[in-house]
Amino acid sequence: MTWRSASPALVVLALIVLFYRGLQLGDPGRLDSPFIGKAAPRFDMPSLFDESERVVIDRFAGQPFVLNVWGTWCPECYREHETLLQIAKQGMVPLVGLNWRDERGKAMAYLQQAGNPFTMVGSDPDGRNAIDWGVYGAPETFLIDASGTVIHKHIGALDWATWQNDFVARLPSGAGAQVVEKRP
Amino acid sequence: MTAQVWRKGLAWLAVFLALSVQAIDTETLEDPELRARYETITFELRCLVCQNQTIADSNAELAVDLRNQVREMLLAGQSDNDIRDYMTSRYGDFVLYRPPLRRRTVALWFGPAVALVLGFGVLWRVVSRHRAVGPAVTGDDPG
Repeated sequence: MTWRSASPALVVLALIVLFYRGLQLGDPGRLDSPFIGKAAPRFDMPSLFDESERVVIDRFAGQPFVLNVWGTWCPECYREHETLLQIAKQGMVPLVGLNWRDERGKAMAYLQQAGNPFTMVGSDPDGRNAIDWGVYGAPETFLIDASGTVIHKHIGALDWATWQNDFVARLPSGAGAQVVEKRP
Repeated sequence: MTAQVWRKGLAWLAVFLALSVQAIDTETLEDPELRARYETITFELRCLVCQNQTIADSNAELAVDLRNQVREMLLAGQSDNDIRDYMTSRYGDFVLYRPPLRRRTVALWFGPAVALVLGFGVLWRVVSRHRAVGPAVTGDDPG
């Protein structure tokens, strides 16, 4: 067999390798956030429990914190709730909730019944804050460092191992939580 | 009589065609110029939930929110590029149906043209070789 007669087979082989590698590129449903390594966008929304109070990003300046996007309409959010409660108990960083496109009453009732892991929860019924953060699904969880830079984003339900490996490992050791305020 | 039936049928057809090219959007912009820009932009932005639809085509809640965002930015007097920049800085280039030319998209933009030229090159060589040998080469070719 000469080089010439083998070349079509080689071309086909090269294409197979190319397409196979394309399949390994991962889930196209999981998009990397363009914010990683960049300054966090703002959020400014009314508190879920007290509409007269605002949940603003400035309140968390100078300390690492976690922003969790959730809604009572989101099944995966129920799955990760236990992990969120554990994270709150561990108390390394404040956990800020962004209640996305939800009904206020439902969301409050859920947190009162299932336990509230959040230092503060903001209500974002029209998705304005969520869009600013490039959110396209729930749950999504962002890690913001003390300088206000987004350093990690997790898409989908959080479990304890992911929390330890992808979040705690990125925090300066002994990041003391300055829990701003604890709600019921 | 028949002419009237025909006319009626055509009128209905026109109505259905008009409806079918309408996006599913319920809210509109008054200003025709803004509306035209709105339609162009929303047909270029990908709905991130239902990834093979534009935000103009999709009924997903996120698409509704993104359309609202586009509408408000237009009303606030922002340019088309401002809006595209706003979207890509939050959702990445993936949100654009027409990917920008960058180093990592060079293969995407020029790959097909290169493949076409290569294909024609191979074809030309094969044809000219056959011409040189003559049309008799059909049976056993030891290669």
